[in-house]
Amino acid sequence: MAIPLSRSAESARPRSAPAKDSDPLRRKKNRNRLKTLGFLSPWLIGFSVFFAYPLIATVYFSFMHYNQIQAPDFVGLKNWRYVFTQMPLFGPALWNTLWLVVVMVALRVVFGLGIGLLITKIKAGVGFFRTAFYLPYLAPPVAATVAFVFLLNPSTGPVNEVLDWFGISGPNWFNDPNWAKPSLVMLSVWGIGDLMVIFMAALLDVPKEQYEAAELDGAGAWGKFRFVTWPSITPIVMFAVVTGVVQTMQYYTQALVAGKLASGVSVGPGSVIQPGYPEHSTLTVPQLVYSMGFQNFNTGAACVLSLVLFAIAMAVTILLMRKSTGLLTAED
Amino acid sequence: MTTTTIDAPSAVTPRGASPSRRDSARARRKRALNWIAVHAVALALALVFILPFVFVFLTSVMSDSQAMSGHLWPTSWHWSNYSAVFHTPGFLDWWKNSIMYAVLGTLFTVVSSVPVAYALAKFRFRGRRTAMILVISTMMLPPQVIVVPMYLVWAQQFHLSGSLWPLIIPMAFGDAYSIFLLRQFLLTIPKEYIESAKIDGCGELRTLLKIIVPMAKPGIAAVSLFQFFYCWNDYFGPQIYAAQNPGAWTLSYGLESFKSAHSVNWNLTMAATLLVMAPVVIVFFFAQKAFVEGVTLTGVKG
Repeated sequence: MAIPLSRSAESARPRSAPAKDSDPLRRKKNRNRLKTLGFLSPWLIGFSVFFAYPLIATVYFSFMHYNQIQAPDFVGLKNWRYVFTQMPLFGPALWNTLWLVVVMVALRVVFGLGIGLLITKIKAGVGFFRTAFYLPYLAPPVAATVAFVFLLNPSTGPVNEVLDWFGISGPNWFNDPNWAKPSLVMLSVWGIGDLMVIFMAALLDVPKEQYEAAELDGAGAWGKFRFVTWPSITPIVMFAVVTGVVQTMQYYTQALVAGKLASGVSVGPGSVIQPGYPEHSTLTVPQLVYSMGFQNFNTGAACVLSLVLFAIAMAVTILLMRKSTGLLTAED
Repeated sequence: MTTTTIDAPSAVTPRGASPSRRDSARARRKRALNWIAVHAVALALALVFILPFVFVFLTSVMSDSQAMSGHLWPTSWHWSNYSAVFHTPGFLDWWKNSIMYAVLGTLFTVVSSVPVAYALAKFRFRGRRTAMILVISTMMLPPQVIVVPMYLVWAQQFHLSGSLWPLIIPMAFGDAYSIFLLRQFLLTIPKEYIESAKIDGCGELRTLLKIIVPMAKPGIAAVSLFQFFYCWNDYFGPQIYAAQNPGAWTLSYGLESFKSAHSVNWNLTMAATLLVMAPVVIVFFFAQKAFVEGVTLTGVKG
């Protein structure tokens, strides 16, 4: 799948005259091509073997009945029909994934920007504040999730204990289908450090003279944000939204670990339990891919789900990237 | 908002239009109040962000019975919980596996990604743009999309399931995210350095090793850190390939089963949780600058 290179090799002049190889210009060109190939070769191999091949294989398996023991058997669109019309968990998983994409990305961007703004206004103890907001981002997702399941434990967790002091009886958090997803959102907003740093850098890049000019024009705090800050950070906000959507489409570890631990079932990893505790409220599409492919050995359905995930992630990315033109593909 | 114009720096205030003393006192008071408000809000928020760590730590040194009963402050400090965690069967193996995965994975990624990033940043060839778009679309692809066929290849063709090699080996063939980041960084290195190296008779490979790599150290450091943390934190990968063999589990993967095995011992679980976080936090404190630069690079420099 060496798309760029094979194309350039084909469009090069027809190799009709091998005698021309003595042409020094042509030799140089060939050497350059070889050099480029050499430098790109790790990625060319990696891309074909670990991206292009499995992607094609996923499409292939999506039309097969395959339990990973007997040979694959062509069944046409049966897997696709099954996923879209009969699979009982597909609807909830898709709904949960999209819910998380919208709510998580929105809140993360709002909080990241808010804390970024706040920290650029801080004069004393910048180092302390930066570290405090940044550290949670560094916590490994599993560790952070285990910690949050403990913190939000309805009966023994410190959060409800503290809420008790104020006479508030806290919700059941990860054990309540209505609160499980908001709990995951809290966990994700806690780890906002990366966005904070990105927004902070963008905010410090806004030219100071523009603020002064806006002040002379009588702009208040909101006016300055609306007419000076916002326009110059829009590309970064766009970038945060795109990467946030892509990341959340893959949302897996935290939802899985939280659901398993909160269910309190004493089982190790790899064990077969009904995913998405409580009441499938934390079941995401990636989890469904895993349970179809590696627990139910329904390879075809798993591959259909993978492709649905891919299609949505791609569509959202292309849609949003159109608005942030050139941000990612910027040429020097 | 009549006072805002008074707030303007004196440099902008026209000569001779010195504000009256009362106004400047008011402006000062307003600035002081503003200062206090900003710092108070920031402090309150920062404490909320730190509190989970504090609770986790306090619970990690409680006695078994206290950790189960929703106490906030330990009545007696059980530091032995930490050694108990280390004596749990398998825990040391998970450390070993995590370190192997993270160190080898980082090494492989950097060695294979630097030349690719260099070519994408500095070589002129047809299809450069297409290659860049393909790199980015690889970044955007959820790993779940290709996991089923990849697993089948590793398990049925190479019989490597039950180990971490199916995760480590692909990293020797470039990582899209690292390539993208390094390329963005290399774009900032002026062409003149490369040209003068060529005039001195350096080939591309020598130029890369002697000129580019030393200049790209901050970028390489950032990518190494990201990859190290990625491997250390990875749960999905070890779950796919190592699940059936507890001897190949990593800390991130084993932690959850640790909790299941100690279903009532929140204190031991919290101690283990902090131990899983520790290397990441320690590495961060030593390499803070490179890390923050790297995060900034992902978002800001286009």
